[in-house]
Amino acid sequence: MAALCEAFTLCGLGPAGGVGLGSGLLALEPGADPDHVLLTDRGRTTTLFKVSDQKPLGCWSVKHGQIITCPVVCNFETHEYIAVHDNKVLRIWKDEDVNLDKVFKATLSAEVYRIHSLPHAEPLVLFKGGGVRTLDVLLEAPQQEIENVISDEVIKWSEAFLESRQPVLIFVTEKDGDFFVYVQKPKMRSLHKYKLEQQELCNPLSFTAYIKKQIITLLCLYSSDSVYKVLIPLQQSSEEEEQTLSKSLLLNLSISGSVLKGTSFVVLDKDHVAVLGSLAASGEESKECLTIWNTKFQTLQASKELPLGTSGQLWCYGEKFFFTHGKVLTVVIYKCETSSLAAAVGKLKDSQTSDLSSFVNWNTLGDEELLVSLQSQQSVALKSESKMTLRSKKSTVANIQPDTSTVGQFLLSIKDASTAAVEDQLRQLLSKAQMPDFQAAIGCIISALINRCKTDPKFYPRNFLVQMIQKGELSYSLCPDLMAVALEKKDVHLLQICLQRFPDIPEEITYACLKVFLSISDDYLERTDVNLESVISYIDIEPNNKEVKTEVVENGFSTELEEDGCDVTGMKETHMMDSVEFCPVGPQKAALLNAVLHSAYSETFLLPHLKDLPAQQAVLFLRYLHYLYVKCSEKINTTLPGILSPTISQIMDWMCLLLDAHFTVMVMLPEAKGLLSSMHRFVRAQVRLYSELNKIEGSLQELQRIKCQKHSQAYSIEVLELI
Amino acid sequence: MGEFEVHRVRFFGLVPAGVRCMAYQHNGRRLALARTDGAVEVYNFAANYYMEKAIPGHQTRSVEALCWAAGERLFGAGLSGDITEYDLERLRPARAVDGFGGPIWSMAANNDGTRLAIGCEDGSVKLFQVVPGGGVQFEKNLDRQKGRVLCLSWHPSGTHLAAGSIDFIRVLDVHSGRTAQRIMVNCHVPKSKKRECVVWSIAFLSSGTVISSDSFGRVQFWDWERGTLQDSHTVSSSAALSLAVSEKEDSIVVGTSAGATYQFQLLPVKAGGQEKRWVRTKPFQHHTHDVRAVVHTPTALISGGLDAQLVIRPLMEKVQKKGYDAALRKFTLPHRRLVSCARKARLLLFQFSQHLELWRLGSTNKTGKDGETLPLSRMPEHLLQLKSKGPEHIYCSCVSPCGSWIAYSTASRFHLYRVQHEGDSISVKKVPGVPKLLLPAYQLQCASDSGRLFIASDRGSVHVVQLLEPGGCKHLHTLRPPAGTREAVYLLASSADGNWLAAVSGDWEVHVYSLKHFKHHCTVPTYSCAVTALAIHPTTNNLFISYSDQQLFEFSIPEKQYTAWSRAVQNSGLHKLWLERDSPITHIAFNPKNTSQVLLHDVYMLCVLDKSLPCPQPLPDDSAVLVNQSTLKQLSEPARRRQLHAFKICKKFQPLLFADLLDERCLVTVERPALDISAQLPPPVQQKKFGT
Repeated sequence: MAALCEAFTLCGLGPAGGVGLGSGLLALEPGADPDHVLLTDRGRTTTLFKVSDQKPLGCWSVKHGQIITCPVVCNFETHEYIAVHDNKVLRIWKDEDVNLDKVFKATLSAEVYRIHSLPHAEPLVLFKGGGVRTLDVLLEAPQQEIENVISDEVIKWSEAFLESRQPVLIFVTEKDGDFFVYVQKPKMRSLHKYKLEQQELCNPLSFTAYIKKQIITLLCLYSSDSVYKVLIPLQQSSEEEEQTLSKSLLLNLSISGSVLKGTSFVVLDKDHVAVLGSLAASGEESKECLTIWNTKFQTLQASKELPLGTSGQLWCYGEKFFFTHGKVLTVVIYKCETSSLAAAVGKLKDSQTSDLSSFVNWNTLGDEELLVSLQSQQSVALKSESKMTLRSKKSTVANIQPDTSTVGQFLLSIKDASTAAVEDQLRQLLSKAQMPDFQAAIGCIISALINRCKTDPKFYPRNFLVQMIQKGELSYSLCPDLMAVALEKKDVHLLQICLQRFPDIPEEITYACLKVFLSISDDYLERTDVNLESVISYIDIEPNNKEVKTEVVENGFSTELEEDGCDVTGMKETHMMDSVEFCPVGPQKAALLNAVLHSAYSETFLLPHLKDLPAQQAVLFLRYLHYLYVKCSEKINTTLPGILSPTISQIMDWMCLLLDAHFTVMVMLPEAKGLLSSMHRFVRAQVRLYSELNKIEGSLQELQRIKCQKHSQAYSIEVLELI
Repeated sequence: MGEFEVHRVRFFGLVPAGVRCMAYQHNGRRLALARTDGAVEVYNFAANYYMEKAIPGHQTRSVEALCWAAGERLFGAGLSGDITEYDLERLRPARAVDGFGGPIWSMAANNDGTRLAIGCEDGSVKLFQVVPGGGVQFEKNLDRQKGRVLCLSWHPSGTHLAAGSIDFIRVLDVHSGRTAQRIMVNCHVPKSKKRECVVWSIAFLSSGTVISSDSFGRVQFWDWERGTLQDSHTVSSSAALSLAVSEKEDSIVVGTSAGATYQFQLLPVKAGGQEKRWVRTKPFQHHTHDVRAVVHTPTALISGGLDAQLVIRPLMEKVQKKGYDAALRKFTLPHRRLVSCARKARLLLFQFSQHLELWRLGSTNKTGKDGETLPLSRMPEHLLQLKSKGPEHIYCSCVSPCGSWIAYSTASRFHLYRVQHEGDSISVKKVPGVPKLLLPAYQLQCASDSGRLFIASDRGSVHVVQLLEPGGCKHLHTLRPPAGTREAVYLLASSADGNWLAAVSGDWEVHVYSLKHFKHHCTVPTYSCAVTALAIHPTTNNLFISYSDQQLFEFSIPEKQYTAWSRAVQNSGLHKLWLERDSPITHIAFNPKNTSQVLLHDVYMLCVLDKSLPCPQPLPDDSAVLVNQSTLKQLSEPARRRQLHAFKICKKFQPLLFADLLDERCLVTVERPALDISAQLPPPVQQKKFGT
């Protein structure tokens, strides 16, 4: 949440401050120290303030008759101050200089609009004609010719950034109600001109911009009391043609009926903007106030009334707002924490905690949104058949760069690339995508992939799918066709993972999985890669499996018959069925069946499907359940060892369910008879055992009572050992 | 460390008397408490809630009300019709003034403690002035009306008094003595259903609100000037017996006859609003029987019930941090030793309020493993019951180590008996010619050779009496502290070699006397807490002292300084869990064969302190555990060795009244299970419980 904290006065703006032409402030610029600001007034004076001490450190004035025409800035590298007076005369001085007449002076050939000082870079000088020079270049030949980039447009606002150590200058010009945006990279000698999308009946009043990941976000405050966002990608191939920038509404400055008429604004972080303006409710006198807005939730987070009026200018450096309030320059400290819904409801965890996927990180989500909105811009452009976007799309497809490949682009490429290529791309996407909010994007990708799978039988990016499911980001509802495709392809491993991971599998699919698992032969399964974690600790899967089998045969137990019981038509040796010492299915199949046992279901919905299970498969499954039940009962705590192994209640529930579904079939089926009687015997024995246990419980309780009574006797001699 | 044969005794049929009334003194942080048998106790909250003073009861002296007045003076009034001032230095009633109004049901002191008002059986309210030197003086009678005055409360300004009777409340003007308001508490009840409504307790707030609690279980708030009911809460289907208001008058506590206590708080109706109402906030059920007395201290609710429990329930919102002070405390058993043991003769002497019981322990000839109960070869035997004549309760008693002398003292008499054991038969003979001493005796202690008896007396003095065979005695000397003191001696310890005697007086000074020369030897450096037990080691003559803040000190008498062990313990500090125990150590004994072993016990544990082992170090983060015996026994051998420490705490025997070492392998513990006590109490108010 953002909040406005204490306010204090930096200095008075009395008549002394208002020397020169127009009184008031020209601009406020950061000083060399984070706590310093440079105040330039609309006259001939500039003052350096130490904000925390609220006192001036130095004050410099140009001669009478001269006017400082451009805000004084500090060169952060050399700690020199740079001023321009009378549009063309450049002055550079240091802290210890007193008289500006005696400091370095250079007269330029063109009029300067503004100087932008950047940390770790040469200051940039922007001329009124749109030309840009770095200061060092300019000082080499002060009288050098400056080109005129803009014809008769007027610069309204400018800003400079450093992007990958390259200075970038953006400025906005206006001509006859049309606004143009220029992006200049002086080092690269590149210049782009964009036209700002026009809006009827209103025009931009104030601009601010920030840069992130090669994209400049330009925010414009319009006279229609709204803030619009314009995205300008930096990476554009050199392009002469003028492009139109579309804008999207970021924020509506209205609070329950009353409207904030903004005059200037600043960006605090990617979710917060501060707007200075006058709040006008219908029928009431408007009052000026400073407000902080959350753009993500479109809410007003803090506001402060300024009854004495302001000059409409607002600056913000180092978590402090600076503005004139009445006749003083006021500083307001603010706090702006990353806003999230979690924070709003008080459940914000430390964002550095390890489990990134469990909650949404707004910072990275922001990038995601950025991409998405960029995409939407692109798609808009696509509709209008802009060559630029078409070309950019082609270029991404042709030359896949992990940095630039976006989800949207990738979606397009899925349609025709080969399996290997797609998997390769996906890997890149995954490795790059530490973005934890996968779900939306990955959901799209998966459905695209599945669609491709459906149309192209050869296409099946299995590894990627497995990887995705194991990340735990997916659910059945997010990609309903995934399991259908896996069923079709009999990809049991994928199905197993799905059953283990997805919380919302419909009973129909659960049943389909069960049917597939039961129908696949163990020989086939032995060659597949199935996670055996759930069975490893109670089924012997040593390579001497075969020996065990022969042993079984020697004991007169035909495992082979049972193992592929699904395609055995006639079971003869039913009398042997009651032996439950050995698992009736192979470990792979057992693991798969365990996954089914583990999945959530509702009896009402599962029962009708279960009735369709072929009788042989039902018997096999029942046999396996019986085996598990016996295994469970071996242990005193009636649990099976291992991870994800089924619990006794799951086994019992499925057993009942299966018997309910196939009651008549079981009664009729000759090979089920042995099994049923064996189960019956076992269950009866168990029931008897438990009823005996019940009796014991009573006796034990009685004993406990007797022991308690003994406890309360009046005298005893006991032995106590102290260690 | 080894095995002990534990004689586990549960036949001491002590039934503590119920709590009748309480009074809290805010400045001294002391709570005075009167029991139904007339005993008065003073608990010092600053000294870790230690029962600092105890004045034994009296058959005819019931206490219905207690008041602190004029600073630290304690007054009581009861059905005998007297106002009694208690002498807290000599631990006995000092002066009594007849109220001339029949039995006194209630008494209240005004805010500055200069006046006492009593409510009498005949319906009168009388004012007494507290005389600065001592005692009280009758001042005036206020308006008399029919019906006993069961409760009284002063308006904080001292101008008015609220008096509760049966069916009505009166507000009296103190200056004129007139009844300023009469409120019928029962006028809303239809005539046919009308029962007598007893106003059990009353409180007068400075805002003019009178709060009453009555036998219908109601807590009612009245505007005294208009006589109107402001608010009524029914807290119980049975009576609401007691009521107390916090000093800030924003919270009250009510005790009911169902054993529950309720807190009411004056809370704003809306958050931040001005309008406030009394809201019932917290119910507590700590008692099984009538809660006859409640007190509201700034940080805690205190309740005392007929089930003899004193419960201190800290208010969590008033406690700065969660910790020791935030813990609920319950006291049922006195912080005094009521059992004495004749080690050689294996006899136990139990002290009841008006009689003594002498028991011989049983024996066994089998041995066994830890936890086993051994078969008895001889059952324990009730040898003797000595009934004290007269209405006075017993102050103290003792049996000599050989078991042939029994002594006890009441407020005015001292008795010494010679017990002859001839085989299985036993004969008791009163020793004639007992020296006339200043009574009462506060503690009796027999020398280990049974040749001398030490009698703790007032003004810090100890009388030494020689016991003569075959049945006589002679007063040898009276030991007095060199500087003199007004407080009585309440604990004694004598050395095994008969050379030293340590005595603790009520000002917590420990004086050591040489018995060879009958002369004061030294004084243990003063410590700012009450001594709860002390004993002199039989071989090293080190004085072992435990204080009510759970600190342990060892003082070498010959060298007149703390021992190295004691300094080491004080330097490293005792373990937090040891320091945060609830009840004080009430007895210290030593292993005659192993000089490093000390037996300590409180109500909930028995501890053998092995000084040869390292003390458990208190860690700065308080994370260290003080592993007790039952946990240690579950550990594996190496882990056990790692966890081994000096404090061998055994919590098997609870609640423990007494524990002693008979010899190096034999322990005796006297327990009094809470169930046994409650079984002897009258049945509580019948309550419907779900499912019964």
